[in-house]
Amino acid sequence: MSKEEKKVNRRDFLFTASYTIGAVGVGAVIWPMIDQMNPDKAQQALATTEVDISSIEPGKSITVLWRGKPIFIKKRTSEEIAEARAVKLDDLPDPQKDEDRVKDGKDEWLVMLGVCTHLGCVPLKDKGDFNGWFCPCHGSHYDVSGRIRKGPAPTNMEIPKFEFVDSNTIKIG
Amino acid sequence: MSEHEYVPKSKAGKWFNDRLPLLTLGAHLTDYPTPKNLNYWWTFGGILTFCLITQIVTGIVLAMHYVAHADLAFASVEHIMRDVNYGWLIRYIHSNGASMFFLAVYIHIFRSLFYGSYKSPREVIWIIGLMIYLLMMAAAFMGYVLPWGQMSFWGATVITNLFSAIPLVGDSITTWLWGAYSVDNPTLNRFFSLHYLIPFLILGLVVLHIWALHVPGNNNPVGIDIKKPSKDTVPFHPYITIKDAFALLVFMIIFAGFVFFTPNVLGHSDNYIPANPLVTPAHIVPEWYLLPFYAILRSVPDKLGGVILMFGAIFILFVLPWLDTSKVRSAIFRPIYRQFYWIFVLDVLMLGYVGAMPAEGIYLVLARVGTIYYFAHFIIVMPVVGLLEKTDPIPMSISEPVLTGGAEPSLARKVNDKV
Repeated sequence: MSKEEKKVNRRDFLFTASYTIGAVGVGAVIWPMIDQMNPDKAQQALATTEVDISSIEPGKSITVLWRGKPIFIKKRTSEEIAEARAVKLDDLPDPQKDEDRVKDGKDEWLVMLGVCTHLGCVPLKDKGDFNGWFCPCHGSHYDVSGRIRKGPAPTNMEIPKFEFVDSNTIKIG
Repeated sequence: MSEHEYVPKSKAGKWFNDRLPLLTLGAHLTDYPTPKNLNYWWTFGGILTFCLITQIVTGIVLAMHYVAHADLAFASVEHIMRDVNYGWLIRYIHSNGASMFFLAVYIHIFRSLFYGSYKSPREVIWIIGLMIYLLMMAAAFMGYVLPWGQMSFWGATVITNLFSAIPLVGDSITTWLWGAYSVDNPTLNRFFSLHYLIPFLILGLVVLHIWALHVPGNNNPVGIDIKKPSKDTVPFHPYITIKDAFALLVFMIIFAGFVFFTPNVLGHSDNYIPANPLVTPAHIVPEWYLLPFYAILRSVPDKLGGVILMFGAIFILFVLPWLDTSKVRSAIFRPIYRQFYWIFVLDVLMLGYVGAMPAEGIYLVLARVGTIYYFAHFIIVMPVVGLLEKTDPIPMSISEPVLTGGAEPSLARKVNDKV
C-alpha cells in the first residue's frame, strides 16, 4: 500500500494539473460575477460635488447630497467652537480633537457625512444631550463637532475628503 | 415509498410510468400513511404551500406592471393600485400574503418546538425548514424595499448597514451590496432580481423538506414512533387532505379579512411617502415578523455585538436538535419543559412588542431581559431540563390510550425504554 502511495505517476500529475487549471478557470468566471455588483462607472462619476457656502449664516447649516448620502455643512459660532474644544478627550468614546475635524484656519466650517455610524440613518440637527445631532433610529447622540458621545454608534461622524476652492465654495470628494 | 409496488391500470399509464414513475410518486403521496392523531397544528404545512404559491402567482403578475427604478418604482406601485385592473387586489394579496406566510410559518415552527418534531430522526427536515425561513426573511425584506417608500429606503439602509459591523471588510461589503455609495438605484435593481429568484429557491427547498419528511414520516402529538402502515395510521388522501382543506378555508377567511377590510394595518403609513435620502423617518420599525430580532439587535449597546446576537438568535435554532437532551419528543409528557416552552413563547411575543417600541427606558430593560432569556432557553433550559426532568409515561401506541381511556401506566412505557 505504502509503495503505491509514494509513487507519483503521470496520472497524478494530470489530475493535479487539471484541478489547478480548472480552479483558475472557475475563479476567472466567478470574479466578474462578483465584481459586477460593485459601484459602476456611472456611480463613480458622481464622486465630486461643488457647493456654494456663501449664504450660510453663523450657527446655521445646510445639507447637500453627495454620492447619495447627505453632507452636513455647518458654519459654527465661536461659542460652539469653544464648546467643542473644551471637551476632554477622555470623555469621548472615539477620541478625536475638534481641530482634527476641520481645516486649519477655517475652524467655523464643519463638513461631515450626515450619516450615523451605527446603521446609516440621518441624525437630526440641534437635538440630543450634547447640543449637536441626535439619531432617531437607535438613539445615538453626537456633539457640536459631530463626535459620538452616547448610544450604540461606534465612531464619530465621518469627515469626507473636501477642499476650499475659494472662500465661498467647497469641493467635496 | 409505499409498501406495495404501484402498477398503473391503463396500458398508457403503465407505458409512461415505466419511463418516468410519476404515477408511482402520485400513488405514494396519496397512500402515504399518516398518524391518525394529527391535530390542527399539523395543517400548517399545507397552508404554507398555499402561501408560497399565492406569493409566486401574485408576484409574477405584479412584476408585469412594476418598474424597478428609483425614479419610477413608487409611481409604478401607485399605478398598480389605481390604474391596473384589479391591481389593488393583487398587490394587497401579495403584501398581506407575506404577513400571512410568516404567521403560518411561526405557528408551524412553534408546533415543531412543542411536539419535538425537530428531534431525531427529523433533524434534516428541521434544518431545511430553517433554511426556508431564512430565505423567506430575505425575500420579505427585499420585497418591502421595492415600493421605494420611506420605510423601504430606510429599512434597506439599516439592514444593509448591519454588514458594516463586520471588522475590516464591513464597508467594502456594504458598498458591494449597494452597488453604490448608499442605497440607490443599483440596490433597488438587484433586490428586485433577487426577490424574484428567492421564491423559486424556496420551492426547491420545500420539495426537499417534504422528501425528508416522507423518509421517517410525520411526527405526531404524542411524539412516539409508529408502525407504518398500521392501525395507528390513515392514508394521506382523503383523511389528511380534507382536514388540511378545512383548515386552509378558515385560514383563507382570515387572510381575506385582512385583504378586504384592513389591508394596510400590518404595514407602515410612512411607506406611502416616496423615498428621501435626506430625511430619516422619526421612528423606524421593520415589519412585525422581524420585530423580535430587531429588539435583540437594539438591546445590545455595541454595534458588532448587536449584529452578532441578532444573527445568533436565528442560527442557534440550527443546533437545537443537539441542544435538546430529552429523549421524549412531545411536550405533552414533559411537565417541566412544557412550562418553559410557554415562558419562551411569551418571551418571543414580548420581544416582538418591545421591538416596535422606542429603544429607551423600560423597553430597553425588557428587551435586555428578553434577549438573555431567549438565549438561556436554548443554551441552559433545553440541555439541563432534558437531563433532569422526570417525564410522564408515554403510550405504547397511538391507539392504545384512546381505546383504554388514557395512558395507563400498565400500557405505558418508561422513558428509559426505547422511545
